[in-house]
Amino acid sequence: MVRNRKGQVAAARTLIAGVAGLLPALALARVFTFQDPVTEIARQQISLHNFIMWICVVIFVGVFGVMFYSIFKHRKSVGHKAAQFHENTTVEVIWTVIPFLILLFMAYPATKTILFYKDTSSPDMTVKVTGYQWKWSYDYLQEGFGFYSNLKTPLAQIENREAKGENYLLEVDNPLVVPVDTKVRVLITANDVLHSWWVPAFGIKQDAIPGFVRDAWFKAEQVGTYRGQCAELCGKEHGFMPVVVEVKSKEDYAKWVAGQKQKVQAAADDPSKVWDGKELAVRGEKVFAANCAACHQANGKGVPNAFPALDGSKVVNGPKGEQLALVLNGKEGTAMASFKQLSDTDLAAVVTYTRSAWGNTAADALQPAEVKAARK
Amino acid sequence: MSSIPHDHVGGHEHGHEHRPAGLMRWLTTTNHKDIGTMYLWFSFTMFLVGGVMALTIRAELFQPGLQVVHPEFFNSMTTLHGLIMVFGAIMPAAVGFANWMIPMLIGAPDMAFARMNNWSFWLLPPAAILLITSLFVPGGAAAAGWTLYPPLTIQAGMGMDLTIFAVHIMGASSIMGSINIITTILNMRAPGMTLMKMPLFCWTWLITAYLLIAVMPVLAGAVTMLLTDRHFGTSFFNAAGGGDPVLFQHIFWFFGHPEVYIIILPAFGIVSQIIPTFSRKPLFGYASMVYATAGIAILSFIVWAHHMFTVGMPVMGLLFFMYATMLIAVPTGVKVFNWVATMWKGSMSFEAPMLFAVGFLFLFTMGGFTGLVLSLAPLDMQIHDTYYVVAHFHYVMVAGSLFAFFGGAYYWLPKWTGTMYDEGVAKLHFWTSLVFFNITFFPQHFLGLAGMPRRIPDYAQQFADWNMVSSIGAFGFGFSQLIFLYAVVKCIRGQGAKAPARPWDGGDTLEWTVPSPAPYHTFETPPVVR
Repeated sequence: MVRNRKGQVAAARTLIAGVAGLLPALALARVFTFQDPVTEIARQQISLHNFIMWICVVIFVGVFGVMFYSIFKHRKSVGHKAAQFHENTTVEVIWTVIPFLILLFMAYPATKTILFYKDTSSPDMTVKVTGYQWKWSYDYLQEGFGFYSNLKTPLAQIENREAKGENYLLEVDNPLVVPVDTKVRVLITANDVLHSWWVPAFGIKQDAIPGFVRDAWFKAEQVGTYRGQCAELCGKEHGFMPVVVEVKSKEDYAKWVAGQKQKVQAAADDPSKVWDGKELAVRGEKVFAANCAACHQANGKGVPNAFPALDGSKVVNGPKGEQLALVLNGKEGTAMASFKQLSDTDLAAVVTYTRSAWGNTAADALQPAEVKAARK
Repeated sequence: MSSIPHDHVGGHEHGHEHRPAGLMRWLTTTNHKDIGTMYLWFSFTMFLVGGVMALTIRAELFQPGLQVVHPEFFNSMTTLHGLIMVFGAIMPAAVGFANWMIPMLIGAPDMAFARMNNWSFWLLPPAAILLITSLFVPGGAAAAGWTLYPPLTIQAGMGMDLTIFAVHIMGASSIMGSINIITTILNMRAPGMTLMKMPLFCWTWLITAYLLIAVMPVLAGAVTMLLTDRHFGTSFFNAAGGGDPVLFQHIFWFFGHPEVYIIILPAFGIVSQIIPTFSRKPLFGYASMVYATAGIAILSFIVWAHHMFTVGMPVMGLLFFMYATMLIAVPTGVKVFNWVATMWKGSMSFEAPMLFAVGFLFLFTMGGFTGLVLSLAPLDMQIHDTYYVVAHFHYVMVAGSLFAFFGGAYYWLPKWTGTMYDEGVAKLHFWTSLVFFNITFFPQHFLGLAGMPRRIPDYAQQFADWNMVSSIGAFGFGFSQLIFLYAVVKCIRGQGAKAPARPWDGGDTLEWTVPSPAPYHTFETPPVVR
């Protein structure tokens, strides 16, 4: 017994020394609680959390104050004799009812916040977010452009061959860009497996589910860059698909959108370019295969009594303006639909192709500029 | 609580044990004590295996960057650590305690279905082998998390199929164990032992067994659907075929939430045996303890979707599951208050079982409070799938269930082995476990609040300090468990004081009326309980 007590004292000393050794680490630690909030939701979450924590701390101190008092006073070694009571209906009812009432106090602010959180109505703009293994993509539905967002941290940093940068694992090539003070609705889905789109500073987390679209919203109140991560295990690179949102002033955002649109246009065809007929026909064959061949058939013979043949057709061998009008507007009462959703260049290409394909002999090229003019 | 006639001797050593020797004894045994022993050793073995996996995880997370394992293997480690600890360590430990103690606590000679008892144990080693060998098959072990969410599980290699079969087998084992426990408790109590006189451990296990029978088939259904989605062209969880990945989550958590009470209720039972004994005072509010246990069990069926607040359910769904989840705090609170009231004005002493019970009470309540924080849907939106959740469930599962089981082991070791454990060693085990547990898991609350997701092999620099602290704690906690092994082996070898029939002067349940070590057959003639 004496030996044991010595052993215990030694063990206690070792433990205390070990814990004391850890104290400097605690002082150095950089994070203890939530990131600084930049939305109303995140602010409400933090105040709710603090409210609940204080209630919990009070109850905890109360209950365990009683327990530790009892541990020190009601112990055999100080000669305390055990009482033999073992029930008290009044006390038991009280400590069933009071926690219930406390819960009501907690439920009220929680309900208010969750109703606010789920109200995605009347957004100022909408962005579609898609999770992939292992990156995000952002589509600006109203603006008509979109892009992928990949981890930018070099492999050398992950594999410890280089010093780690300031935003290690929380940096991407193309962040989501949104304007400040704007209610942004995000439509969230996934391409392959579950992901979860999470920006801690916004207080928003929404799972991305393949085959389904869910939504969430935020209204960032401060210009800046906010960093989060995929929060649902999505395979090998789950830890390496950060979410980065850049909140810009409204003017900067407008400039950025204009820049993006220019980039998209630069990548697209120049509608005023004058094409060589053969070049157009080559492209037109692909457009035909994708849009027309299902009815008119790849050999241009159509299906008798259902879809007219284009090979030898009067329209196709007639004036190119009339053929274009038919393709642009469709023909009422028939299966021929309007194809005005295709680009000027694609329309020009497909018309040009049909006029020289198979046995057709019109063989005159239709230029994109003419299609553009015909649209008006 | 029952009053036990102390002049009665329940143990009879007739000397007519026709048991084979060596390995055959253990393969063919139908004795509840042998089977309980096997369950406990199996559980401890799996605890060490799962622990090594946990330490692999913490080694990788010691510093930012990838140092020790590849991300895919890291994911296998988190997955297998979860499955092995839940299905291999905690649940079999609880069944081990049930096997050893329930017959002795109710004055029954053995379990009701002795051969099925043998089979339900011997199903477990094949399941464990399937799980562990899955690490070595092409494609590696399951790496989609212990929750096995599709579509990620659909992508996995054959390691996933082995995992699915392992879950099937362990589920069958649990169901058989439960049927046995329910039948034993309802039919084999000693004369005079009415239900409301049973020791509370029997009550919590009775309710746990009903939970198991209700939800293990649900889990089996969920993983079977995964299997057919993987191999037989069904699309239960594939939107492209008309299914829904979220359906799996609903089914899984309809199993999964009762499951967490399956893990904690037997621990509640053990603590409810230990605290009165070492307070030398009857359990306070016995009836309300029973009702609270039943209340928790019933509520556990209507709260599952609080694990899924972020899937994007309608706001009415969020509110319903939030309110229902918050309600669980009421019966759980009743239990904590009852335990403290049991200690109040007692005559307490603090041997190792009591230390673990008090440690359980203190830390489990902290886990309960973080559970309350998580139950609030708007907060869960922020901390779901972060290290806050990891901290929360380790507070209730490690400092909750595991601490209670350690307490139970020290409490009954004298009865099992006939030798008193070494109190100094046991206390060292308690204090190192307590301190290192908190060093490991308390900082994880900070990490989660600050935005560190769970299940990632590498992390941003601002999380580095706490992760290092947590990893140091984890290694300390892991090695502390070898102290327990040492204490148990010492007892089994008889190195220690000889245990009297009733080593704890506050113990008033039936197991203390038989000699220590408990004879191979006890209560062949039922005791009379007045």
